[in-house]
Amino acid sequence: MSRAGGTWVGARVPRNEDVRLLTGRAQFVEDVEPPGALHVAFARSDLPAGRLRGLDAASARTHPGVHAVFTAADLGPLLRPGAVLVPPPPLEGLVFHARTALPLVRDRIRHQGEALAMIVAESRYVAEDAAALVEADIEPLDPVVDLGRALGADAPRVHDDLPSNLAAHVRQTKGDYAAARARADLVLERRFSYDRGIGGAIENRAVVAEWDAGADRLRVWDTTQAPIPVRNVVAASLGLSEAQVRFIAPFVGGGFGPKIMFYAEEILIPWASMRLGRPVKWVEDRYENFFATTQERSQLHDAEIALTREGRILGVRDAFLHDSGAYDPYGLTVPINTQCTLLGPYRVPNYESEFRVAFTNKPIVTPVRGAGRQHGVFVMERLLDLAGRELGLDPVEIRRRNVLGPDELPHNHEIMYQDFTPLRYDSGNYERSLEEAARLVCYDETFPRGRERARADGCAIGVGLVNYVEGTGIGPYEGGRITVEPGGTVRLATGVGTQGQGHFTSFAQIVADAIGVTPADVRVVTGDTSEFHWGTGTFASRGAVVAGNAIHAAARSVREKILRHAAEALEVDPADLELAGGSARVRGAPDLSVDLGALAVSANPLRGAVEPGTEPGLEATSYFGPPYGTTANGTHAVVVAVDPETAMVEILRYLVVHDCGTVINPMIVEGQIHGGVAAGIGNAFYEELVFDEFGGMSNASFMDYLLPTATDVPPIETAHIETPSPLNPLGTKGVGEGGAIPVAAAFAQAVEDALAQIAPGLEILDIPLSPARLFALLRAQREGVVGGREADSSSRREPAAGVP
Amino acid sequence: MRIAARVNGLAWSGEVEPRLLLSDFLRSEVGLTGTHVGCEHGVCGACTVQLDGEPVRACLMFAVQVDGREVTTVEGLAEAQPGEAITVEDLHPVQRALHEAHGLQCGFCTPGILMTAEAFLRDNPTPSREEIREAVSGHLCRCTGYHNIVEGVARAAELLAADGPAAHDDDDR
Repeated sequence: MSRAGGTWVGARVPRNEDVRLLTGRAQFVEDVEPPGALHVAFARSDLPAGRLRGLDAASARTHPGVHAVFTAADLGPLLRPGAVLVPPPPLEGLVFHARTALPLVRDRIRHQGEALAMIVAESRYVAEDAAALVEADIEPLDPVVDLGRALGADAPRVHDDLPSNLAAHVRQTKGDYAAARARADLVLERRFSYDRGIGGAIENRAVVAEWDAGADRLRVWDTTQAPIPVRNVVAASLGLSEAQVRFIAPFVGGGFGPKIMFYAEEILIPWASMRLGRPVKWVEDRYENFFATTQERSQLHDAEIALTREGRILGVRDAFLHDSGAYDPYGLTVPINTQCTLLGPYRVPNYESEFRVAFTNKPIVTPVRGAGRQHGVFVMERLLDLAGRELGLDPVEIRRRNVLGPDELPHNHEIMYQDFTPLRYDSGNYERSLEEAARLVCYDETFPRGRERARADGCAIGVGLVNYVEGTGIGPYEGGRITVEPGGTVRLATGVGTQGQGHFTSFAQIVADAIGVTPADVRVVTGDTSEFHWGTGTFASRGAVVAGNAIHAAARSVREKILRHAAEALEVDPADLELAGGSARVRGAPDLSVDLGALAVSANPLRGAVEPGTEPGLEATSYFGPPYGTTANGTHAVVVAVDPETAMVEILRYLVVHDCGTVINPMIVEGQIHGGVAAGIGNAFYEELVFDEFGGMSNASFMDYLLPTATDVPPIETAHIETPSPLNPLGTKGVGEGGAIPVAAAFAQAVEDALAQIAPGLEILDIPLSPARLFALLRAQREGVVGGREADSSSRREPAAGVP
Repeated sequence: MRIAARVNGLAWSGEVEPRLLLSDFLRSEVGLTGTHVGCEHGVCGACTVQLDGEPVRACLMFAVQVDGREVTTVEGLAEAQPGEAITVEDLHPVQRALHEAHGLQCGFCTPGILMTAEAFLRDNPTPSREEIREAVSGHLCRCTGYHNIVEGVARAAELLAADGPAAHDDDDR
């Protein structure tokens, strides 16, 4: 395809990576099977809490086809707790107890699915047979299941060496909330809960390792979002230099956060390969994935908002409990995201927020798409809705009165964000986003008339319209290297891995614009440490911002080199040259040109002398690190129909107005939004991990844990607003998570609106809102329970975020 | 047990363990790794292949069940031979349509969706959007939100119609 004007950034370029993926030729980790590979299965704990008194692996070891069974006792120096991957920001008064897991259980089991033994066998089938033969003698202990009780004095302890299950305590304030509350016309206080779900990548995790003793090198294929940091940890743990270890994250079948974690399997599989002198392969199965891969979302909030009678926010106070699961290797990223994102696009002069993080006997919590932001958005948007109801202001009107205007940006919220810098919004147009969404959903006139007509016909339909911000594109840095090869091919290598975000195309578009080629001419390599070995990974909606701008800088440098060499070759001034069609040519005299491949050859002379300081080739490496994260924003509007008898909710319309700054490829951006919204719909209405009173997970399969399907997700309308970020040359902001963040809040508002006449005063304060839960709410409402608080889960009635 | 089957038009025969899943057979014995495994309990649909032209979940069948039958995997859709360079022009219309509509992101679930969609469009060449949603509702995709998958299948129906009804019957795949 060609494009007039030569600007690829902003165009709907079909993806370079698609052909390989569509024909089954793209390599995923599970597709890698070096000759002679052995296969691993893990024996895991079925109990969430216990003491491992003994492990009998004798019959597993002698099972035909088994090469080795490793337990904690075999690990030697590897048997030490994993690293804290993300230390907490330096906050005043911070309490943080780091507790991370051993690669295999030695004596204490702290969550279901912790690995007890690693079986290495001829085939996966045999390895699983042998795993079933491992006999574990486990003394069951009382598990900590209920987040609301985790910090109680009588709660069993997850970590014996700590005085309680408190993992962390953070308090951040801005202004003087108490004084603001004292002069408020309305103070509204509610308790909110948000329960646990999975990331749900369709590809489970997998690691394949091949130790080459002859070359003294280790090669590892890994479904990771962070190949470089994982490589560095593995090299250090195995006593190898980083250069001896090559990590490859090839095509990865969805990330969504959990694949950014560092997992014990990433070190055990390479270790086993070195020890056995054979390639070793492990592929997680779906059941394992429900326990051994990280999860997110349980929080309980006690929040209040203080307003004037005109509906202007004077301040917000929030105290919440965050469930970290059995360990806290990812620091405080998730609860700090919650704490910061709660403020939304609003003027909040006074804020008092504290959270406590609790250890429980559940799988580990680390970021999952949204990474705590959706909780904050849910709390704030719900407070605004309910306050508006008290004040006689509709949801759009109360938001109009509180969104920061364009002249109020950049805005400093004064508290500290997850990237260790103050929470600042760099740019955006929050008013326009809100008004655009209201206009597109016909909020002020047409929709209310339709709603009345529908109600007259006995149909309960309603609209929800909410705002969000998303801190994206955080540091520290990423890099990119661009090389023009002698054949004219352009090669781009970057450290971030790719899990479907379209990097092979959007990064190629950036390069194409700079040096006058098409995106199809640019061969992109991501996630291979032998191609690029500096960087941190794909997370926090930062690929297009941080790696994108590094690539932009590298492309500008290569452009300068091309122009310099072409000017010499053509004996003209560089200013008279333009780059197009894969060549450098003289403006107005296109016959005077030289193609990039020829320049690449002459830039790498094989004989003769060069000027001092000459760098060979048409190649450049650049890095980009933003001063702080750039804030994207948007507004979601949803129209729902609710069947008051069955409590089934049908989404009639879903609309997203978003602003991620400069859009590199609208097709890809829209795809990110669609997927985010679908995940958000799952979070809001379908997905919940259910634990029984003994801490056992009751729905660890795709039959029982409901991911939304094509019939659950409506068509999604999108509208782009582009307010370029001033924090990077491309003006980009991240978009990977925004689609998922405000869905539950929009959903709750719309369902309440739909039921405004059938169940006046109904309040949705708990997510996920399954049909069963909504049914219970409606029944409670009919039976006159104040506020319609639900009655189907005793845990939710416990004291929440207060003092333990 | 000894089985003999045709896979993407080529004969395969050999010994397999009776408990070997069809998905594992295709991936490790035949070497066709385009068929992906997402749940191994028949829900996600990623492993969908065609057995005598009808979609089946390869994780819910044993290899021995395909004895004497014809299996088509995602590798059998496009015209190019294994090892040859492949371009957009070589793609089957259903593949091309998903490419044009951005109906895939990470691409892990895509092979299964293609195998379902190809069979679906043979049965129903002019489907409505609702029928398409129903047809692909047995596939889990966490990336796309299904919006562009539905658009892609609708686009595929157009491309197939433009190519003429005879061009993509069973014998010509």
